[in-house]
Amino acid sequence: MSEELCFSTISELSRLMDSGALSAAELMGAVVSRTKQVDGRVRAFNSFDEADALAQARASDGRRARAKAGGARPRPLEGIPIGFKDVISVAGQPLTASSRMLAGFVSPYDATVTLRLKEAGAICWGRLNLDEFAMGSSTENSAFGVTSNPWDLERVPGGSSGGSAAAVAAGEAIAALGSDTGGSIRQPAALCNVVGLKPTYGRVSRYGLIAFASSLDQIGVFARSVGDAALVLGSIAGRDRRDSTSVDAEVPDYAGGVAALAGSGRRWRLGIAKEYFGEGLDPEVGAAVQAAIDQYRALGCEIREVSLPHTRYAIATYYIVATAECSSNLARYDGVRYGSRSGRTTDAVDIFFKSRAEGFGQEVKRRIILGTYVLSSGYYDAYYLRAQKVRTLIRRDFLEAFAQVDAILTPTSPTPAFRKGEKADPLAMYLNDIYTIGVNLAGLPGISIPCGFTRGGLPIGLQVIGQPFKETELLAVAGAYEGRCDWGRRRPKL
Amino acid sequence: MTYEAVIGLEVHVQLKTRSKMFSRVGAGYGHPENTLTDPVVLALPGTLPVMNKEALDKTIMAGLLLGCEIAPECKWDRKNYFYPDLPKNYQISQYDQPLCRGGFVEIELPGPARNVMGEHKRIALTRIHLEEDVGKLNHGEGVSLVDFNRAGTPLMEIVSEPAIHSADEAFAYLTALKTVMIYGAISDCDMEKGQLRCDANISIRPAGSASLGTKVELKNLNSFSFVRDGIASEVRRQIAVVEAGGVVAQETRDYDGQTGESKSLRSKEMAHDYRYFPDPDLMPVRVGDEWKSAVRALCPELPFDKQRRLQKDYGVPYTITSVLVPDRGLSDFFEEAARLCDNPKAAANWIANDLLRELGSARLSLAQSKVRPSHVAGLVKLVETGAIVSNAAKEVFIDMFQTGDPPDRVVARKGLGADVGAGELERWCSEAVAANPKSAADFRAGKESAINAFKGPVMRAAKGRADPRRVDEILRRLLAG
Repeated sequence: MSEELCFSTISELSRLMDSGALSAAELMGAVVSRTKQVDGRVRAFNSFDEADALAQARASDGRRARAKAGGARPRPLEGIPIGFKDVISVAGQPLTASSRMLAGFVSPYDATVTLRLKEAGAICWGRLNLDEFAMGSSTENSAFGVTSNPWDLERVPGGSSGGSAAAVAAGEAIAALGSDTGGSIRQPAALCNVVGLKPTYGRVSRYGLIAFASSLDQIGVFARSVGDAALVLGSIAGRDRRDSTSVDAEVPDYAGGVAALAGSGRRWRLGIAKEYFGEGLDPEVGAAVQAAIDQYRALGCEIREVSLPHTRYAIATYYIVATAECSSNLARYDGVRYGSRSGRTTDAVDIFFKSRAEGFGQEVKRRIILGTYVLSSGYYDAYYLRAQKVRTLIRRDFLEAFAQVDAILTPTSPTPAFRKGEKADPLAMYLNDIYTIGVNLAGLPGISIPCGFTRGGLPIGLQVIGQPFKETELLAVAGAYEGRCDWGRRRPKL
Repeated sequence: MTYEAVIGLEVHVQLKTRSKMFSRVGAGYGHPENTLTDPVVLALPGTLPVMNKEALDKTIMAGLLLGCEIAPECKWDRKNYFYPDLPKNYQISQYDQPLCRGGFVEIELPGPARNVMGEHKRIALTRIHLEEDVGKLNHGEGVSLVDFNRAGTPLMEIVSEPAIHSADEAFAYLTALKTVMIYGAISDCDMEKGQLRCDANISIRPAGSASLGTKVELKNLNSFSFVRDGIASEVRRQIAVVEAGGVVAQETRDYDGQTGESKSLRSKEMAHDYRYFPDPDLMPVRVGDEWKSAVRALCPELPFDKQRRLQKDYGVPYTITSVLVPDRGLSDFFEEAARLCDNPKAAANWIANDLLRELGSARLSLAQSKVRPSHVAGLVKLVETGAIVSNAAKEVFIDMFQTGDPPDRVVARKGLGADVGAGELERWCSEAVAANPKSAADFRAGKESAINAFKGPVMRAAKGRADPRRVDEILRRLLAG
């Protein structure tokens, strides 16, 4: 029974709690014991506070009882334990970005998404591992240990939000928040057989998210189903006065909108771009994605070829824009005001040099150096400015395609989960994000949903790319496929 | 050979806003260390800047007052450098699209004498941009502490063209700029509080030449007189270098106002690469005509325009307007008093002389003054109508200053009215003439000054309330009789 709860969807759990058959405290207790049982092997969590989580759950039960007594509806996520990628701030909890630089740092304030989840009744459950400062595609760059893929503990869960994906996949959280700068939600979701939603840039406030690349970062959701992702998105989306880049667009009822679209029998026009099925695509992944496309066709959707010719510049463009922004965003970690300060310093400059030398890992340093270089006087026009122009072209490709189709279908990742230590070459690692990066550069919403397994039992993800601020349609397209298969209901053997 | 100095000033002016440039925490001076901070100011992980509209309003006003072109869009850039007083280790600033471009500051050079207006000139501006201030390092024995209260305070950088040619012009420029800022309530410009800071770029060239020499940046000019003295000494230093056959090196020098000497801080080779790029956390803001019009409606009259108008419309002389106008409150006080009476010049004199003297010795500000414009106007009227004499008026003023009573009430309370009975005055005059036959004879013999011998006793008898003109009339009649 206990394990069953941990693999239920939010809507299933809400029904149980509404009926009085389950309390939030019981649910939290089940998730805590599941976590204690499996996380020694999965290592999804950097930390969690069992007593605090149970106290939050009891408070939730109190709210639910009061709402019931008053004849009010419970809050949309009442009593649901949600994990946090360790780059999203929860007041009073550690905030480390899986970096030595922030080891021991406890954040004094709530991110906007945290406030909104609390408002929705959710329980802020544990801190989830990631590649240091969200830089990586395997969670191997964490300063605190490597997370394992619950489907094969010898393999990586993807990244950078590997902890979030693994926790949901292993039943250690009902849903989780992550952040996606170049695929950091969608790729690990694909590799761990969960749903991973990256909303439109500006849809969800970034206030309280440790910045990697400000113009690309977006907070999103890991969930067990498309419906759950819609529920959580509905709670965190919307304009925030603390984030100037959050957009003042109405937040629709995503779950209701998806249900309405499903009932309308709408025939979706879906695009396939040849640029996403080229060299480097694992044949088993390609076959699974092709099978999913056939399913859509069988559902009555119209499948069209679209062209995204600037896709081949996406990785180069990304590694200029993202590193430039990160070189500046990470400058604040200097050992002066908070975080780790080297113990062997002689003066202020020495504090900077040594604290940063000791606090940051290799990949973070590599990107800071690259970013510093591309912004340097004399190189700015050739790199950063040109990259911004290419970025405009990439976005235009997508918008032109969306004149013909409602959404675009691609593989999420060119390969299934790879072995730990397999991609020691940074460039090989960077190529992992080849199908996800364009979405960030164009600021679009994207979702990865389970679409099958390799013969070796590794999960495969299908990416659906949507139009700006049309998350309802995106979720409906994803939901249409999800309803035809049960990949997402499978559980890893742990 | 004679040389000409070529000087450009970079002036940083802290805006007088309620909150900081990119966060909601309050801005101010003199608070306990690190109390004006919040997660945004301290650059805690995950925090984001949000623009302060009041700071934009004030910068737009500065631009409008100084005749600048206001950019149609306000865009933000990051200036990257590491320093312990800079929490993010980048400063949000404006690089290639400043909010204001062009414009000028009207200055007045010292006149040939104190009471003569000096030459007026326009010093062209290059740009005004908006940025955030940094914190402050306090160095102690073996430790350095950072106070982030100042960090994030809205800061304007006002850059002049290299169009200033002497230390006096630089001084006049700062004075004029400060007056405009105070008029617009844009900044208090108190240099001691760091609300106005000035760096100077200085070069010399042979007089008459159009080319520019190598410039030296002079820093740490932390009072108006240090700016003047520092520039003068740097110009002398550069001339001495050139005269001795040397070459002026491009460098940044640190001026010590106490010793009057400067020393090299860094050479050109050590210049920073700030790696400017557009701040992705902030959206550009459109500054439309409507916004500009709304700010324009709040713009005050410029100080020099006001001075010219006071001189023309009220006939107040330069010596007095040059006292009234630099203080917007004082000149407004004057205009209100002038509206309430028929003799604006007299009102101006009371304000510029008596009121300022009393405020100064009581160490009070104008806002704390119990004397209001209506009091001054009332006093002027009492003197005009002969209700009191000028000596008594001085006494009335001091009483008003202390009690805040209106002048007629003071006159009544102290019995200072000039209405000495005509019979009484006549009698005191007769007695004075009778008591001094020698002077009476002298006067009648044509010695005009002899009449003064009678006036003292009469005024004493009248206890100062007698109108000297009437006393003079009566005495002449009696002596003629």
